[in-house]
Formats: sequence, structure tokens, C-alpha cells
Amino acid sequence: MPFTRIVRYLPLLWASLRRRRVRTTFTIGSIFIAFLMYALAGAMNHAFEQGVQQAGVDRLMVQQKVSFILPLPASYLNRVKSVDGIERVSSANWIGGYLKDAREQIPTFPIHAEEYLDMYPELLLSRGERQAFLDDRTGFLVGRAVADAYGWKLGDVVPLKSSIYRRKDGTNVWNLTIRGIFDMRDEGDSRQLLFHYEYFNETLSDSQKDRLGWIMVQVKDPSQADAVGHRIDALFANSPAETKTQTERAMAQGFMKQIGSIGTILGAVVSAVFFTMLLVSANTMAQSVRERTSEIGVLKTLGFGNTTILSLVLAESVLITAIGGLLGMGAAWFLGLQLGTALKTYLPGFEVDPVTLVKGLVWVVALGLAAGAWPAVQAMRLKIVDALRRG
Amino acid sequence: MKALIHLRDLVKEYHRGEESLRVLDGLSLDIAEGEFVALMGPSGSGKSTLLNLLGGLDRATSGELTIGGLAIGELPDAVLARWRADHVGFIFQMYNLLPVLSAERNVELPLLLTDLPAAERRRRARAALDLVGLEHRMTHRPNELSGGQQQRVGIARAIVTDPTLLLCDEPTGDLDRKSGDEILDLLQELNREHGKTILMVTHDPRAAERATRQLHLDKGVLQAEVR
Ligand SMILES: Nc1ncnc2c1ncn2[C@@H]1O[C@H](COP(=O)(O)OP(=O)(O)OP(=O)(O)O)[C@@H](O)[C@H]1O
Ligand SMILES: [Mg+2]
Repeated sequence: MPFTRIVRYLPLLWASLRRRRVRTTFTIGSIFIAFLMYALAGAMNHAFEQGVQQAGVDRLMVQQKVSFILPLPASYLNRVKSVDGIERVSSANWIGGYLKDAREQIPTFPIHAEEYLDMYPELLLSRGERQAFLDDRTGFLVGRAVADAYGWKLGDVVPLKSSIYRRKDGTNVWNLTIRGIFDMRDEGDSRQLLFHYEYFNETLSDSQKDRLGWIMVQVKDPSQADAVGHRIDALFANSPAETKTQTERAMAQGFMKQIGSIGTILGAVVSAVFFTMLLVSANTMAQSVRERTSEIGVLKTLGFGNTTILSLVLAESVLITAIGGLLGMGAAWFLGLQLGTALKTYLPGFEVDPVTLVKGLVWVVALGLAAGAWPAVQAMRLKIVDALRRG
Repeated sequence: MKALIHLRDLVKEYHRGEESLRVLDGLSLDIAEGEFVALMGPSGSGKSTLLNLLGGLDRATSGELTIGGLAIGELPDAVLARWRADHVGFIFQMYNLLPVLSAERNVELPLLLTDLPAAERRRRARAALDLVGLEHRMTHRPNELSGGQQQRVGIARAIVTDPTLLLCDEPTGDLDRKSGDEILDLLQELNREHGKTILMVTHDPRAAERATRQLHLDKGVLQAEVR
């Protein structure tokens, strides 16, 4: 049956679906759920993969070997700098930064500004603003997302608070002047705040002074990244604060591996749901063909050939799967738009991407054909005389 | 008139395991174009079986069977299906309409196999319904129609492709006398005015009298004809 012919059979197919409305609805419902889950899992995966892709290959992170929450001595910065094959180094600390409400923390890092900005070209900033920030020890670089959220503009002085660090005077407020507002390349997440480590360090009480959360290293040759990492770790071997150096991508991958096991579980769940869906719709198709034995006999009597009958049953099965599948993926896509905005901070890249949708369409057809295959073959093989007698 | 249907020593056996059941035992028969033949006989005598063979729904065990000069038993399945669509109209005792489709859609079914565009298919379906006097019931589903009306839809479906041969298996068997008579009127009209060759199985001698010729089948053998 040529594809264009299918159009003329649509009323027939449609009428078949309406024959048992409740059963059809439940079947479509199970397909809907299956594809909703499939597409949401796809969105999740998309978010994970984007995280890994955005991580740099030529950048290394140096952390305490024992635990990444333990700080490194400030003296490590210069020692790392002396290692062969290094282009530049910077450092950052996690300070638990916030503006008004300690529960609404914004990723805030005191950094070695010049090196940091050279190291992260994905951070987009005009030359003028860059210079203005470098020239002001109490300057503040804020991401567009934060500036927009708080209605800030250049020159505003804003009080940054830390839930971890205290100043010598016992307070935890730093008044910083906004000197630049940056975007992230490829519309990446710009919910971030940066300010000068040197100024920050000077204000701290002795007990919290001269600590680095981690050190970022840019290597000269990305292919040597691992070797450079080993050299750095060797440098601090057997010291009280041994280090562990990894590429950003390896770290992201390591992180993703942990989440990846969630991904594997998700994948397994989606497979199970697909399988269940397959059983449900195969059962529906089998029942519906069995009920229609005599009708199929009549169609054959009228001159409908075996391949036409086979195609009609398959088309009906694919139609059911397509309705459920498209509704499910449509709902996921809509949810993705809604959740995507809400999840932007925690899971940037959470969206039902075209690749997932196209793969989903392939699944729709494949599962539809699989569910209809056996009933279709039975309908095709049905002998007219038997079908009419049984009816 | 030349013979449209030609049978010689036609045998049909059903096999179930070791057992074999000879249902048609060497039938020879010619039916000319334009005849209206009533086929009578006790239950189990093989009437439906014969009809199935003539309509290419089943294949004979041995013997000769040609329709319009074509040995239909030798056609491959797909060609046979096509041949059925073009040349034969079936009318069943239980109407056998698709319950989910309107009268019009039911009648349109055989036309789906043609290359006719949708509008033309519709037009022909309506014309057929018009002929059987059901033009005002086109949008009704079978369960919204009386038995007699359903059988008219069945007849409209059988004639919509304008076949030469109509095969009817007890078309009035499930109807009361009045509706049955109306159906017989219609068949007679199709035979006389539209030149359809009709073979009708019936248990009712009154119905058989409408035909131009009566055949009696008993235990798979045709009885001597009384013209
Ligand atoms: N597919 C089949 N397999 C086995 N036996 C069959 C099959 N079809 C028909 N028969 C047998 O063939 C014989 C003739 O059946 P057929 O249906 O032709 O009778 P009939 O004359 O139409 O009877 P009725 O008047 O009751 O409709 C019966 O004994 C029936 O059991
Ligand atoms: Mg019979």
C-alpha cells in the first residue's frame, strides 16, 4: 500500500480507534506517560552533556586530595605557577555569598582577576568594563542574570555577604562597586559574582586568611594537561595538604558519572516503561484484531488484499502510538520550557532538544510497528472462509 | 447467451486431521450472464461452500471453474482479491457492515481500492444508496438502522463497484416477510434493469420463485433441474 493511500483509510482507522474508547484512551494514556518520561529523561541528559561540553580541556583544577571542601594554603599558588607547562593560574574560594537572604546563595568567587578573565574567555565582558574592574580593588563583576534580577547598573554599590567568612571587624558584609556586567558565551548561565581575592583576603581575620578554595591552572598545551597535573600533585606529595589535580572536563565527567548513575537508572526506567507500553499496546492491538475477525473477513471479501490488511493493522498501531507519543513529548516539551527557566541555575540546558524529539519519533514508529506486528500478521493470514464462519 | 459461470466436476473437500469431508461432489453447471439463480438445499448441503468458490473466497479441491472465461482458482491471492473487488458483489445474511462506519462509509469501502478521487467515491456511494432507497440514511450507523435497511446498505456496498456477479447467501434469512420481500424486489430490479447476474442461496421457496432458475443441492450433488 503506497503511503499516500493511507490518507483514504484514515476515516476507517479513526473509526477503529473509537470502537472501544475506554481501552483506546488507557492505551494512549500509557503511551503518553512513556513518552513524557522518555522526553524528560532526554532533557535531563541534555543538561548533563551540556555541562561536560562546556567544561574546558586546557584547564586544570587543583584541590586538596582528602576533600575538595578543605582549603589549600595561599602559598601553593606561586608554587603551582612554577611548574613546567603552565600558562597562568588563578584561584577561587567558595564563600557562600548572598545579598539579602542567606538561603538564596549566588555562586560568588574571590579571584585573581586578570588571570581568571584570561583563562575564561567564555565570560564575555567589554574591554572598558574589564579595565574598570581591574583598576578598582573593591570592584564587582556581576553576571547579567543577577544584575537583571536585582535591577543593578554599573556604578551601583552593593553589599555582598558571606555565610562562611568574617571580616576582622566581625561583620560579614563587603560593599562592592559594580564595574562590569558579563554574559556567558552560548547563552550559558551567568548567575555568578566575581571580586578581587587580594582585597578580600586583606579584610579577613587571621584565622581565615590566606586560604584558597581551589587553584585553576591553564596549561600551555592541552595534550599535556594530564602530565602537568601529575607534576603538580608530585610537588605536594607527602606534604600536609596533598593535592589532586584534574581537568575541568574530567571533573565534570566525574561529577556527571555520579549523576550519570542517575542517568543510567533513568534510562532503565524509561526502557521498562517503554517495554510495559509495548505490552499494553500489543495487547490492545491483539484484542482489537481478534474482535474484528469477521470484519477483516468482510474486508478481504470486498477485495482488500493481504498486504493492505497488514498495512492497515500496522497503521492503526502506529497511529495509536503516534497520538500518545506526540502528546507525551509535546507535554514534556512544554514542561521543559516551564521548568527550564526555573531550573536554569541548577540544571542549565534542561530542555527537550530536537535530537531527543527526532529519536522519539523513531521510537514512536518502531514501537507502533512492534506492537502491531503480530496482530497484523495474524490478520493477514486469516482465511476469509474461517473469518466469516467464526464471525 | 454465453455462460458466465462454468463448472465441471467441481470437488471441494475439507480436511480435518485424517478425516476428509467431501462437501461438493463433482458439480457441473453453467450459468449464463443475466440469470437470477436461486440455490436451495438442506443445511450442510454445501450451498455456502459453492458460493465461496464462485466468489474466489476459497479454492476447489479439483475440477474446472471459470468465470467470464477466467480460471479463478489458479490466480494468485493478490490477483484474486483484485478480481473480487472488480467483478463480484457479496451480500450476506447478517449484512456484515462495519459497525463503526456510517452507511455511506460502508458503501464507500470497496471504492477505497480504486484510484477514484474522494469526491467521486462519495458520489458513487450516494448513487448506490439512492438506488436502494436509502439516500436519507447516509450518515446513520448500522445499529441505527433496521435489519431491512442494513441489508439495503449491504446491497449498495455490493453494487457500488458495478460488478457483473452478485453472490447472496440467504440475504433475507434474517428478515421479516415484508422487509424480505422488499429486498427481493430490489434484487429482481438489479437483475432485470441493471443486468446483474445473481446467485442467491435461500431456504425460502417463495424467495426462490423470484429467480429465473432454481437449483437444488443435496449432500454436495446438484439435483435434476425443474425449469
Ligand atoms: N472451513 C470448513 N472446515 C471444515 N468443514 C467445513 C468448513 N466449511 C464448511 N464445512 C462443512 O461443509 C459442509 C457444508 O457447509 P456449508 O456452509 O456449505 O453448508 P450450507 O449448505 O451453506 O448450510 P446452511 O444452509 O446451514 O448455511 C458442512 O458440513 C460444514 O460443516
Ligand atoms: Mg450456508
